[in-house]
Amino acid sequence: MDNMNQLDKSLVEVTAFLNREADMLDYKEYDEWLKLWSDTGLYIVPIAHGEENYKDMLNLAYDDAAMRKLRIQRLQSGHAMSAKTAKITIRTLSRIRILDESDDIINVRCAYCLFENKSGQIRHFPANLRFKLRRDNGTLKIEEKIVELMNSDTHLATIAYLF
Amino acid sequence: MVLENEHNMSARIASMIDTDKVHKALYSDPDIFEEELDKIFNNNWIWVAHESEIADAGSYRTAMIGRQPVIVCRDMEGQIHVLQNRCRHRGATVCESQAGKVRAFTCPYHGWSYGLNGALRALPRPEEYESILDKKDFGLIEIRHETYQGMIFATFKKDQESLDSFLGGAKKWIDLFMKQGGGYPVKTLGRQQFRFRGNWKIQLENTTDAYHFPVVHRSFISSLDDQTATVFDFLDDEGFVEDLGNGHSVMVMIPDLVDLEANLEAPIPERFAPLAAELAKQGLDDLQVRKLVRAAGGTGFNLNLFPNIACSMAFFRMLAPISVNETEIHHIAIGGTGAPDAYNQQRLRLHEHFQGPMGFGTPDDGEAWERVQRGSMAGKDGWIMVNRGMSRLRPSPDGNVMGAVCSETGMRAAYQQYKKQMIV
Ligand code: FES
Ligand SMILES: [Fe+2]
Repeated sequence: MDNMNQLDKSLVEVTAFLNREADMLDYKEYDEWLKLWSDTGLYIVPIAHGEENYKDMLNLAYDDAAMRKLRIQRLQSGHAMSAKTAKITIRTLSRIRILDESDDIINVRCAYCLFENKSGQIRHFPANLRFKLRRDNGTLKIEEKIVELMNSDTHLATIAYLF
Repeated sequence: MVLENEHNMSARIASMIDTDKVHKALYSDPDIFEEELDKIFNNNWIWVAHESEIADAGSYRTAMIGRQPVIVCRDMEGQIHVLQNRCRHRGATVCESQAGKVRAFTCPYHGWSYGLNGALRALPRPEEYESILDKKDFGLIEIRHETYQGMIFATFKKDQESLDSFLGGAKKWIDLFMKQGGGYPVKTLGRQQFRFRGNWKIQLENTTDAYHFPVVHRSFISSLDDQTATVFDFLDDEGFVEDLGNGHSVMVMIPDLVDLEANLEAPIPERFAPLAAELAKQGLDDLQVRKLVRAAGGTGFNLNLFPNIACSMAFFRMLAPISVNETEIHHIAIGGTGAPDAYNQQRLRLHEHFQGPMGFGTPDDGEAWERVQRGSMAGKDGWIMVNRGMSRLRPSPDGNVMGAVCSETGMRAAYQQYKKQMIV
């Protein structure tokens, strides 16, 4: 990697990080996944796209650290009927692009699709993902993950996992 | 006995609805569904929007009445109109967005342009219409509407009774529901929309079904603090379901939260302590803080209005039939116009916690509803039982029939109204 410029190096690092994040969700390593986050991190699945102020809007999910933990507990509890039907999910990422990078913050976006087998029918959820990653003691932490689902204003009821 | 192959639809439907049970074919028979679109959706007051969703002159929302697209809008004088979404030239829809703000609806096909009151204002190259078309006869067709407490209802039925009399005993509960602005007028904060693979009546029943709560929503209850979890453990308490007439019913789960302006001196629940502190910091006096905090979690009841809208604890639930086995649901968050941001943000976060396609509650509901639809295909014959609590009914203080909170009194109310309209 010696002759790579900083942006290329970051891209390699970020790509590995995002792949790992998606892999953890597919393989349901939820406790490990929680550790990828900064304490102030926000996980947002908005209804409207390209907005700045999701705090004052209705979203599909707006999870701070406490809500993320509760959501994971729900998925792990075995008491959520809908979660039992989503045994296998497959996430794919591509078109990863670093938008800007400062000393400690990297803004990235990428294309994303989640596939699941819902009662014998394969459903897919295409989305644009936007990440704000923070450099923290040599590792990356998620400061913000925004999932802009292609059909966020119309899609189906039983989503029993995280995007 | 069910009249399976009866050609007379009314007789067939009549045979499928008893006081204590309904036949499963009501969920899956496409002919019955077609009949419902006409007899239920084209012949009732159908909720189409809340006034706050079209607050400004020129703002609109599109909506469906059964299968018919309509536009709900506010004209430049501030008057509300409900218009058929169909150009009077060759019939294209004039508006396809869910909501927005415009000066006119201009048909994309040949450019006929309509005002927000529906009037045809202009059309390109009018010469060829000389003396054969009078613009005043070709406005968008207006549909009768009436409002109550900001809720806008429309009807295709020319001789439909007034909204006031249709709502009847439900009005008192709507009034109570609207106190959750916390002293500010109620406004909508956004809509979550989704579809499930099941018949619309499965959702209609569910809004008045407390019986499922501890079973289906176990994972939601586990996500609450102990104090709040106790509040949601209501099946053995003093709650009730009351038949309000015309198919409407109310299910009171938490009697203490029926009137959000009562009991303001009660201690502030733990989960709202941060909100109370924030509001106090912003300089609100103690009474204002208490009023907002008490309203923050919503009311303790679900008001089920036949056939398509519910005032459900802290939000509006609207249903729209798509096909016999597909239904669209909107979960509409509400807050207060001009209320402190911290209050409306709290309402949004609570809504997201349970409601919508990624909430901690709705996906499990959706799963149960889709199972009911799939189960309805089992066997040639079969009944949906709605007799729970029938042997222990009692009169309510308002002189209506009421039963236990986990009785199926509300479902029976809805199905009797349904029967009345379907067999005419
Ligand atoms: S169909 Fe609308 S202008 Fe022709
Ligand atoms: Fe439910």
